[in-house]
Amino acid sequence: MRIETCFLRRELDGRALGAAKRLAPFLGSAPLLDVVDVILTDLSLPSSLVEELFADPVVQYIASAAAPSLGAFAGWDWLVEIAYRPGVTDTLALTAREALSIAGLSVSGDSVVQTARLHLLRFPGLSREAVSRAFAPFWNPLIQTASFISAAEWAEGGRLPDLYPVVSLHESREPRLIDLAAMDDAALLRLSAERLLALSLSEMQAVCDYYVVAATAETRTAAGLPPAATDVEIEMIAQTWSEHCKHKIFNARIEYRDESGAQTIDSLFTTYIKATTDKLQPSRPDLLSVFTDNSGVFAFDESYAVCVKAETHNSPSALDPYGGAITGIVGVNRDILGTGMGAMPLFNTDVLCFAPPSTPDDQVPEGLLRPRELLAGVHRGIVDGGNQSGIPVAAGAFLFDESYMGKPLVFCGTGGIMPLRLRGSPSWEKRIEAGMAVVMVGGRIGKDGIHGATFSSLALDETSPSSAVQIGDPIIQKRMTDFLLEARDLGLYQGITDNGAGGLSSSLGEMAESSGGIRIDLDACPLKYPGLSPWEILVSESQERMSLSVLPEFLGELLDLARRRGVEATAIGEFTDSGFVELRSGGKTVGLLDLEFLHRGLPRMRLEAEWKPRPAPASATLVDRGDWTGTLLAVLAEPNVASKESLVRQYDHEVKGISVEKPFTGLERDAPSDGAVLKPLYSSWRGLCVTHGINPRLSVHDTYAMALAAVDEAYRAQIALGANPDSAVALDNFCWPDPVAAPDNPEGAFKLAQLVRACTGLREACLAYGLPLVSGKDSMKNDAFAGGRRISVQPTLLVTVVGTIDDCRKALSTDFLEPGDLIYILGETSGLLGASILERTIPGGRDGHAELGPCPAARPERHILLYRALAKAISGRALRSCHDLSDGGLAVALAESCLGGRLGARLRLDALPGMPNPAAGVSSAGAAATTAEATTAEAARPEALPRAACCLFAEDPGRFLVSVRPEDRERFERSMANLPAALIGEVTEEPGIRASLGGLRVLDADLASVERAYKTPIA
Amino acid sequence: MKPKALILAGYGFNADAELREAFGLAGAEAERLQLSDLFADPEILERAEILAFPGGFSFGDHLGSGQVAALLCRRYLGESLRRFIATGGLVIGICNGFQVLTKLGLLPGGGGSAPSREVTLIQNESGLFVDDWVDIHFEHKTACLWTRGLEDRMLPVRHGEGRFVAKDESVLESLEAGGLVALRYASGSNPNGSARDIAGICDPSGRVFGLMPHPEAFLVRENHPLRRRAKVGKVGIDLFENGVRAARDRL
Repeated sequence: MRIETCFLRRELDGRALGAAKRLAPFLGSAPLLDVVDVILTDLSLPSSLVEELFADPVVQYIASAAAPSLGAFAGWDWLVEIAYRPGVTDTLALTAREALSIAGLSVSGDSVVQTARLHLLRFPGLSREAVSRAFAPFWNPLIQTASFISAAEWAEGGRLPDLYPVVSLHESREPRLIDLAAMDDAALLRLSAERLLALSLSEMQAVCDYYVVAATAETRTAAGLPPAATDVEIEMIAQTWSEHCKHKIFNARIEYRDESGAQTIDSLFTTYIKATTDKLQPSRPDLLSVFTDNSGVFAFDESYAVCVKAETHNSPSALDPYGGAITGIVGVNRDILGTGMGAMPLFNTDVLCFAPPSTPDDQVPEGLLRPRELLAGVHRGIVDGGNQSGIPVAAGAFLFDESYMGKPLVFCGTGGIMPLRLRGSPSWEKRIEAGMAVVMVGGRIGKDGIHGATFSSLALDETSPSSAVQIGDPIIQKRMTDFLLEARDLGLYQGITDNGAGGLSSSLGEMAESSGGIRIDLDACPLKYPGLSPWEILVSESQERMSLSVLPEFLGELLDLARRRGVEATAIGEFTDSGFVELRSGGKTVGLLDLEFLHRGLPRMRLEAEWKPRPAPASATLVDRGDWTGTLLAVLAEPNVASKESLVRQYDHEVKGISVEKPFTGLERDAPSDGAVLKPLYSSWRGLCVTHGINPRLSVHDTYAMALAAVDEAYRAQIALGANPDSAVALDNFCWPDPVAAPDNPEGAFKLAQLVRACTGLREACLAYGLPLVSGKDSMKNDAFAGGRRISVQPTLLVTVVGTIDDCRKALSTDFLEPGDLIYILGETSGLLGASILERTIPGGRDGHAELGPCPAARPERHILLYRALAKAISGRALRSCHDLSDGGLAVALAESCLGGRLGARLRLDALPGMPNPAAGVSSAGAAATTAEATTAEAARPEALPRAACCLFAEDPGRFLVSVRPEDRERFERSMANLPAALIGEVTEEPGIRASLGGLRVLDADLASVERAYKTPIA
Repeated sequence: MKPKALILAGYGFNADAELREAFGLAGAEAERLQLSDLFADPEILERAEILAFPGGFSFGDHLGSGQVAALLCRRYLGESLRRFIATGGLVIGICNGFQVLTKLGLLPGGGGSAPSREVTLIQNESGLFVDDWVDIHFEHKTACLWTRGLEDRMLPVRHGEGRFVAKDESVLESLEAGGLVALRYASGSNPNGSARDIAGICDPSGRVFGLMPHPEAFLVRENHPLRRRAKVGKVGIDLFENGVRAARDRL
């Protein structure tokens, strides 16, 4: 039967009004539209129950067996119904089933409950093609179907289905045998390609070699297995050896060449990332667990530990933006829940990169989603995923660059908290020992997400499997999280990890390393629907699942608590010390893999990297506009700078009651913050600061400068918020174009060199700032093939920094507070404009933007002196506001600080530290030592660039814009002695932003036009 | 003796920790209680003075916000909950909790043994979830025990379905006449299109109360967006103190 629910009055249905607005551009004007929620079921339900469950009698009409279908009402021209394809997670239907059970109905596994969304469109004269085109953004053919019925077709008896097709699978439960020994190289490669194993020839050969060893044959015979590999085993090896799980590129042996010679790098991870933390570790006793667990753990205070992790979910988001983003969030939340004995997720972060939403449709290559739809879908996923989980979004960013046309970047991060000790033991350690039960908790297993781990290691093309798309259910996960934290505190389990990429094969394969073996009964795993083959059960990435190790004496109590909390938990095997992963199905062994081979049998990759310095950009020209007010407004309106408040206000950042510094700040809560400050404990003033650094535009020039800038931006924002400079930890997330050279990837060696240089910059900056890397992730295939070409992302490094502030009452914000306060710029300005936002507002050159010469570079070993002095001044309450200078430079920071306070500013730009004094020809920097280098920078600055533009819009790292009370002037200046700091103006009551240079007015913007420009809609 | 406040949790409610903290600061013995434990033993209610439904996304707001949680409460708690209220117990529902109370028909209530649903909270007029701090006006003439004498101030709101609507105008009129409107969004600050700017209502006894804003997320001055400026009103705890005081009178 069909149950249809619709609002009695259209004007009460916000969804319908919103949908009508989305249709308007396609139809010429907004249509009249009703949106109907549809439940389809083969159960027969009494009408009283239908009304109680599925309608709000105050405002809704309900049609079911007892009342006429909404289609029967006249007045519509087209019906459009969108339903899920079989097997796609339908979270609404799961809740409907649960509600029916609560109401006392017996809802067996065979009974069908589905949901759909029906649109009644009133807009005469539309063809099927026109309706179909207008509704295209409403559904995703990978996971949904759409039916269109015109009024005429309805009159002729056309109807919508009473039920949609359900999954019907008949996969063999018998494992298929794969005789690798009989295969030549070509056959091995074909097998890898056809099964989406994503393994190279040498990796396939290593697998082959394992099976021909006599010892392997012996153990297989003893277990009743044939000598040939089973599909279950091959799939498990491929998942375990995937780039996603084993980070093969970061662990490769790399021959690197650049203009100064050649060198061999024995693992980027060991050389640049781990070595950095190893070096810093002696001075950081607060680091509790780095690189070994699902997230990095550090001590927050004497009683609590905080852990942090960031992930990417780029490939799934490119296919299904909504589901991909939700899954990204709930996935990284599970990393926190799976850290140590399990931490409680405390905050989320989201950094999202897309092609500009204004990209004309005809410039979007065939087969790719339009950037504005990607943005809308991913954003909606983050809204639902984060909000429903009850985890505040603390900080994030939106970036726009043409290179993200092929794959968007969706960085999802989470921080968590747990007591330092649980029942007397360190919370960051887990116990997984032979004899303990293997328990799977959470959602059931379906076909969704099969091959996700290997899929993310492949470039997108037309054959990308839709089964790689999963839709997360934040509510199932929230309930599981509550249950697990309760079970943790009761001591009902001993170890925990999350099921992410690779499903059980990865999580249990990892856990088995601790105990020395595992036996998994694949038949015991709860399934969404019957008919999955054993290998599918093992590698499925169905969401909301965690794996536990449980001492047998606690198993009963654990399962009982799960039942009471409405959470599924099942014992599916036992940890052993056999040295093997043993997979059982149908009463026999279907897979047997040596753990040592599984985890250490993967051959090292050997790669070549060749750096070619970028040829000097064509000489830059920029007309001296005299007055740069219009330029400021254009820079403020550029999508990377313009306000994202309308998007960010849809994220819950207040839940848990721990928010101090919020994404938007100031008198009207509409000026951007430098990051978040949270107060995680109700009983303490100690705060957490969360910041980001990311600047992919610099990668066009040099990824070394890009990485320096990313670390600098994130660390500097910590200082601006008031964080303790010695308390911060960092996460590195690399998203790269494929850096493995191949015939179809001729630039591979250069992209790998870019990676090497980025790692060099990352290490250098982290060491200078005393910033240990505690966790990280890399995503190495951010390419798409579309329209006959490869579209690769700009090499992108996101640095997330989490630090502490001893007293969050001292945390600063970016807004000016009072007229008369003095304005200082801290840090040096080179005036270089390459890779700036200003560049993006001038037509011509790369991707349609001009080039304005070389870009500035961070010098962390110098910046740190300023940062430490500033942190001390902030802690001494010598400052009124502090804003880091980033996109758009001084002019944008000034505009934002003024907007926040609804105040104006008067500035003189003649003596910015670092910029040479044109009259004297020497630097006016506060520190004499800077003169020589600043002059060098000046020499590099093309003379064609007007000085005012350089002062206002250069994006040199290492700088702040701060305001100080006049009575604090002396003590503030004392704290900045011998550092690059200059008094450049004062805050004014009158809301105008004025700046002069050489006695001439170069900027004169009223706050109202600044606000208008800053709030230019980005899509 | 401190009055006991039970803060419900589970099924996707998520603002229980801060609500427990708020009740603790307000002087209650605040205890987090899994709804499933309450269903298993509804008599727990007899040992408490205050029952609090927190904010969140019970059952994901699927089938309508608060809808499935209300069904659960009706099936497993119905008589006990009615008895709790009839014998002087206090109930507060915030955001998702407010949605549950309207869907249970406990608000505006007064229907005796067969509560009917006369008001509801539907999707915001904008169609979008909103997180912001907005100006709130507390009604001076109200039956609500929870909001008596409170000063106007900013409070955080964060919801996708907070638009207060009634079955018809007469329901709204009787809410006004009965003093059941406890708080409103200040003029120009209505974030969701609620009828008559209504942000919270109570039942005729004044003991059962629901609101969309989150006073429990305003625990300390530092939560306020204007924390660095002079003009920050009182933190949200006094609302809970009112409830705790009323509960203490009953002890």
